[in-house]
Amino acid sequence: MPDSSEKPLMIELRGVNKWFGDFQALRSIDLEVRLGERVVVCGPSGSGKSTMIRCMNRLERHEEGTIIIDGIELTDDMKNVTAVRREVGMVFQQFNLFPHLTVLDNLMLAPLRSRKLPKNEAREIAMHYLERVRIPEQAEKYPGQLSGGQQQRVAIARSLCMKPRIMLFDEPTSALDPEMIKEVLDTMVELAEDGMTMVVVTHEMGFAKTVADSMVFMDEGEIVEAATPADFFSAPKSERTKTFLSQILIH
Amino acid sequence: MTVAEVGRPRASRAPLKLRKRSPIIDVLQVAVLAAVLIWFTLKGAGAINYNWQWYRVPVMFYRVVDGEFILGPLIEGLFMTLKISGAALILALFIGLATALLRRSNSYSGRALAYGYLELIRNTPLIVQIYLFYFVLAPIVGTTPFWTGVIALAVFEGSFTAEIFRAGIESVKKGQWEASDSLGLPRHETFRRVVLPQALPLMLPPLTGQMVSLIKHSAILSAVAVFDLTTVGLDLIADTFMAFEVWLSVAGVYLALTITLSVSVSLFENRIRKRAQHW
Ligand SMILES: Nc1ncnc2c1ncn2[C@@H]1O[C@H](COP(=O)(O)OP(=O)(O)O)[C@@H](O)[C@H]1O
Ligand SMILES: [Mg+2]
Repeated sequence: MPDSSEKPLMIELRGVNKWFGDFQALRSIDLEVRLGERVVVCGPSGSGKSTMIRCMNRLERHEEGTIIIDGIELTDDMKNVTAVRREVGMVFQQFNLFPHLTVLDNLMLAPLRSRKLPKNEAREIAMHYLERVRIPEQAEKYPGQLSGGQQQRVAIARSLCMKPRIMLFDEPTSALDPEMIKEVLDTMVELAEDGMTMVVVTHEMGFAKTVADSMVFMDEGEIVEAATPADFFSAPKSERTKTFLSQILIH
Repeated sequence: MTVAEVGRPRASRAPLKLRKRSPIIDVLQVAVLAAVLIWFTLKGAGAINYNWQWYRVPVMFYRVVDGEFILGPLIEGLFMTLKISGAALILALFIGLATALLRRSNSYSGRALAYGYLELIRNTPLIVQIYLFYFVLAPIVGTTPFWTGVIALAVFEGSFTAEIFRAGIESVKKGQWEASDSLGLPRHETFRRVVLPQALPLMLPPLTGQMVSLIKHSAILSAVAVFDLTTVGLDLIADTFMAFEVWLSVAGVYLALTITLSVSVSLFENRIRKRAQHW
């Protein structure tokens, strides 16, 4: 992709190592994501996918290497961490909505308390994104009253309310019943079409084929292979990738 | 899947395991026990030919002189107990919250301070702590007897409140902190608007129990001459020699106070729980 390399780097990982105690969860990870690029990360369970994207907004601290997000380096300096977190939205497997707040209050909390916007402005933003994920009529309900698919769309809208430049997704459809997966993936496809920079951990290969600019395959804390979807699916280089793909494409 | 099914699942209701049984059951138990005790007392008093003078008890509560309503010593003692307990409770909540936060903090000295405080308070008798506050600390710092008592009680109860806060905070799932962090919420906002509101309904029952203990423990301040309900009782007996009537009255007043408290908190709790049903 010759033209994409002109675009500014949004995420840059260089030689990132991370340990949990004695266990090395990430091994010299190098990764570049440019503005508007969509990267899909896959790999077997326990391969370090979550750990890698959680390092990108400092939910996990990396011990070695450099992580630069939209020009800000992630260090122990909380100022940088906060600055990065305002730029980066994250969607979790378990939604992690605030159960004691209505959908609208879930969406308004960060604009009010993190960006310190006035209430009417926060409400406007919240309603805007609720409409975008197509559930404005649920605004006054509590998360527990919604279906899983609706909850995950609320979670996406909640992140968008901070107007992030990057969105991270950690297996956003893995906790969903099969019939609700599509509505969430559709929302993500729309987001991709609007040019959002996205890193998505998922095993939904159909989604990967339609939206990914590049595929990343991880195993045992390493990036084993990174390629365009066309190359990745038709001509995987590494044996480990082949094995993984054969397993996942069967079911 | 229906909305109801979706609303139920997961750990959303699991944290309620922290809940203890309703305080009303405790209150009932106490009432039954009290009835049995009273029966034995009356029987025992009959055996030693105790001269009951219940007619002299009402004036200990109130008198009407020239159409004017005058509070008796027992009610004034009750007010003092209420004042001490109320002030100590507020202070104990602060101490408990601060200790719970310190124990979770990144600062080593903060954690050491919290740990030292908890161990010290839990492993020495309350009466010794009270004497320490009265005879060592108060002369140095110069606090009034009332405030010395309040502080001593609060420092004692705060060690238990700290545990309640810790359990409440830990019952909130990690994902709630992570979601808040990922949204760039400052720590204090996360705590105030995400964690505390979810922890509070779980903390209310044990906190009520703590309040009841605090009221009971306040009686020990009579050992250092604060004019609380128990001190008043001691004085009244010295004047009238009506030990049975006075102690039974004093116990009755404590009981009425703690029952009122338990019942009103459990009503409040039901309201909160109703609101939290769809979590
Ligand atoms: N907080 C943690 N403490 C200890 N080990 C962890 C922790 N988080 C993850 N791990 C370990 O790190 C490895 C990678 O985990 P993770 O990034 O969650 O994998 P994936 O998302 O690819 O399934 C796993 O072996 C996991 O057990
Ligand atoms: Mg994972």
